[in-house]
Amino acid sequence: MLTIKNLRVAIEGKEILKGINLEIKAGEVHAIMGPNGSGKSTLGNVLAGKEEYEILDGEVIYEGQDLLDLSAEDRARMGVFLGFQYPVEIPGVPMVNFIKTSVNEMRKFKGLEPLTAGEFLKLMREKKELVHLDSQLTNRSVNEGFSGGEKKKNEIFQMAMLEPKLAILDETDSGLDIDALRIVSDGVNALKHPERSTIVITHYQRLLDYIVPDFVHVLYQGQIVKSAGKELALELEEKGYDWLKNHSL
Amino acid sequence: MTLTANKVALSEKYTELFHANRSLLDEGSSDLLNRMREIAIKRFEKVGIPGFKNENYKYTNLERVFGKSFRHLLEYQPVDVDLNEAFRCDVPQLDTDVVLLVNGWYYAKNQPLNNLPKGVVVGSLKQVANEQPELVKDYLNRQAGLSDDPIVALNTAFAQDGFFMYVPDQVVVEKPIQVINLMRAEEPVFATQRNLIIAGKNSQAKVIFCDHTMNPVDFLTNSVTEVFVGQDAVLDIYTIQNQNNQANSVNSSFFRQEANSNLLSSVATLHGGLIRNNLKVEMAGEHAEANLYGMSFTDKNQHVDNFTNIEHAVPNCLSNQVYKNVLDEDSVGAFTGRIHVVRDAQKTNAFQRNNNVLLTDSAKMNTKPQLIIDADDVKCSHGATIGQIDEEALFYLRARCIGEADARMMLMNAFAHEVVQNIRVEPLRDRIDELVEKRLRGELARCHACDKN
Repeated sequence: MLTIKNLRVAIEGKEILKGINLEIKAGEVHAIMGPNGSGKSTLGNVLAGKEEYEILDGEVIYEGQDLLDLSAEDRARMGVFLGFQYPVEIPGVPMVNFIKTSVNEMRKFKGLEPLTAGEFLKLMREKKELVHLDSQLTNRSVNEGFSGGEKKKNEIFQMAMLEPKLAILDETDSGLDIDALRIVSDGVNALKHPERSTIVITHYQRLLDYIVPDFVHVLYQGQIVKSAGKELALELEEKGYDWLKNHSL
Repeated sequence: MTLTANKVALSEKYTELFHANRSLLDEGSSDLLNRMREIAIKRFEKVGIPGFKNENYKYTNLERVFGKSFRHLLEYQPVDVDLNEAFRCDVPQLDTDVVLLVNGWYYAKNQPLNNLPKGVVVGSLKQVANEQPELVKDYLNRQAGLSDDPIVALNTAFAQDGFFMYVPDQVVVEKPIQVINLMRAEEPVFATQRNLIIAGKNSQAKVIFCDHTMNPVDFLTNSVTEVFVGQDAVLDIYTIQNQNNQANSVNSSFFRQEANSNLLSSVATLHGGLIRNNLKVEMAGEHAEANLYGMSFTDKNQHVDNFTNIEHAVPNCLSNQVYKNVLDEDSVGAFTGRIHVVRDAQKTNAFQRNNNVLLTDSAKMNTKPQLIIDADDVKCSHGATIGQIDEEALFYLRARCIGEADARMMLMNAFAHEVVQNIRVEPLRDRIDELVEKRLRGELARCHACDKN
């Protein structure tokens, strides 16, 4: 599904990703862990098409296409979903309009008719239940006045609405209490599908108790320094990232 | 020296024009208007056309537009206007009672409004001043006459006609009155328009002004509107400025609010050349409330300057201002918000906000809050921002399948929406939403496009 080869990325002249290689097959869950500043979020943003980054080298092949050639909106329409670490508040853009436009843009791209009002409302009700999203929230502007937990639930709700093929969840667990974490994880797990892959970016092992990865990669100073099965997360938790620093040296 | 000499020459041009045509002005109007002229022209002479050095016109040089050569309309000249033709431009079509003014004059062929509530008078200021002077005499120039603005004085000196509305005490005018101000001439024209609106005690009314041009030529309009909002009255004044980009205007509105009155003023500026909107509110009775909104969308060389001045003369009043501007290309905007709370106007609430988005490096915005607070138990706030489109929000929308152009549009609409949502006439709100969106998409028919259709 996704092949990243020797991806090197800089921002404002500073190299952040220094040759990333990663292969993700359909249906797999990959966790990317690492200390702050190691480039985890950069990787998520680059895959989603944020423009402020400079691609120095490498390629990203998604479903046989060079992802880096596509606009952010086209990547999203092709099924790449980024769950934001810090979802932005957009006052004046109503949630409902936003979600509706979003879903219908994706349908248009796939050559499908827009949903009727009835179909849309039904779909929205269904997916809101999945993440226990307060009904009142969809009457507000996008993320406006949402608590941290509500914002994260809203991300998973949007993911459920769009049913992406590749979901990249950037620190979805940060700032979530254990109940919210469970709800969010349940939402993610409910969307698991043999054709759908997930990249979970996280700092802590805890999330991986709920979203069980097939592979864990450790990103450190812009490179993947270690890849293994889910047991690696536990080892990291136990020994801390310092262990890794010594290990990699 | 040259600059000063030019300034004197320019101002003299207008005083000479006045003196040479004094009798023509008097003949064409009513005694109530004529008796104000002498003092007004003297007041104008003292300052002349304000240039950059005038603190109140620091961001808008009127010498540039007042220095152009115009034909001055000093007497009524019949012009034929087909209303259907006017509606082909983007004059919002609403369920309203329509009154047409052409080049500042009440249009002779207006259909009489027969279904107005009893006692309500809507029509030509000149005509009402002649036929029912008792409705006009206590109000005309009562607020504008206190102003030291030379452009207002110039209006008073030259004023002959304009829109008039009187709503008696206790009367509710349910249907909005829509005043369509059309500029129509084959060559550059200078027009003077004088409006007067009186809302009696506990009355309610809504007036929508739509400023349009029908020819692609230079225009200059000097318009003054005085509005009296009686005790417990509720009055909405909406203005849609959508002239051609060669049309310039100075619009000065004076509001006086009595106790418990509620005023809403909302100005949407879409197209036009140089536009200066002066808005003065005097809180004359306690517990009065004024909500004042403005938004502009400018590009090319448009210049839009909003200058507000709220006088809290008595305690316990509320004023709330929200002004927003989206500036593209080389356009220039300005906002000055003056709030004066006099010494004993305790428990005043006065809020003011001005938010601006610059879409290019060459667009320019000047913003200046001026709070003068002489009372000690008040709540006043002001805030101004000048920024670009929020790139994080843009990326967020794009990451959710929404194309860049649509995402930008969504964000700009959202920015304007805070102003639009306060419009209390629902079909007008929808229509303005639509006009704003069309304006942002660049699809809004320039008025001169009508002639080409």
